Amino acid sequence: MTLKQFWHRLGSPKWFFHMSGPWQGAFAVLAVLLLLTGMTWGLAFAPPDYQQGNSFRIIYVHVPAAVLAQSVYLTLGVAGVLLLVWRMKMAQLVLENLVGFGAWMTALALFTGAVWGKPTWGTWWVFDGRTTSTLVLLFLYFGLYALRQAIPSREAAGRACALLAVVGVINIPVIKYSVEWWTTLHQGATFKLTEAPAMPASMWAPLLVNVLGAYCLFAANLIAKLRTAILRQEPGAAWVRDWAAGEVRP
Amino acid sequence: MMFEDWQAFIAMGGHGLYVWMAYSVAVALLIANLTGLDRERRRTRRHLQAQLGNRTPGGLDASEAP
Repeated sequence: MTLKQFWHRLGSPKWFFHMSGPWQGAFAVLAVLLLLTGMTWGLAFAPPDYQQGNSFRIIYVHVPAAVLAQSVYLTLGVAGVLLLVWRMKMAQLVLENLVGFGAWMTALALFTGAVWGKPTWGTWWVFDGRTTSTLVLLFLYFGLYALRQAIPSREAAGRACALLAVVGVINIPVIKYSVEWWTTLHQGATFKLTEAPAMPASMWAPLLVNVLGAYCLFAANLIAKLRTAILRQEPGAAWVRDWAAGEVRP
Repeated sequence: MMFEDWQAFIAMGGHGLYVWMAYSVAVALLIANLTGLDRERRRTRRHLQAQLGNRTPGGLDASEAP
């Protein structure tokens, strides 16, 4: 299969449904295994931080949640471009079904950040660059949800949400570079592409495991939500009826 | 294991409240998320089967039985 064929097939809900069946369970199982490993490792076996003590262990849930919060939004931005430029059906489904997951991950990043901030900074919340731009990210997710609810026509709502998703992507580099542009309270990045982590491997290895687990969770959510949406979109199609009747696996 | 005993593990050097709050909310969200995905899948399938209704009697398969 050439890349161009793959691209065309990815735009076909039916092809995606049949291709993705085995993957959703695999990603869910992998996510649980990786996250359980990483969390146990981070809680009990990673060494305590020399300054922050044990509160530093919150990093193992905080960073994966924050990484997903931004990755999900970027995905929505890409789907927005695909919908606006090529009217790709699957992009519409991505925009319609991934907002909740992204919002929950952003809320989890903000919550675990607050719980980490209290013993470390002495406060649950401060309006510094990183926290404020992440709060803006949560409001962007709320905006996408509200916009969809407010516009009755599915097509018009899709275009409006696509536009908001694309414009909002500008917030992602702001989140990323906020810790360099405004040096207030939030610490710098743990992982950088250009240099080795400042922490020892015994500290960053469990974090890497959890970030990988988080991406598997993202994949499981993306696949499961798209499959459900595809079935609901074409309830009368023969292949959908075959699936519901249990004649087609999975 | 970085801790002497279970009590030290729970206490987390005085930061137990914060560490366990963060982890318990994260785990609760993870469980709610994954069970929610599975519930949605089953509900959609049941919904479609109900629509099929008379056309395929006994369309329920073993995995959907209570």
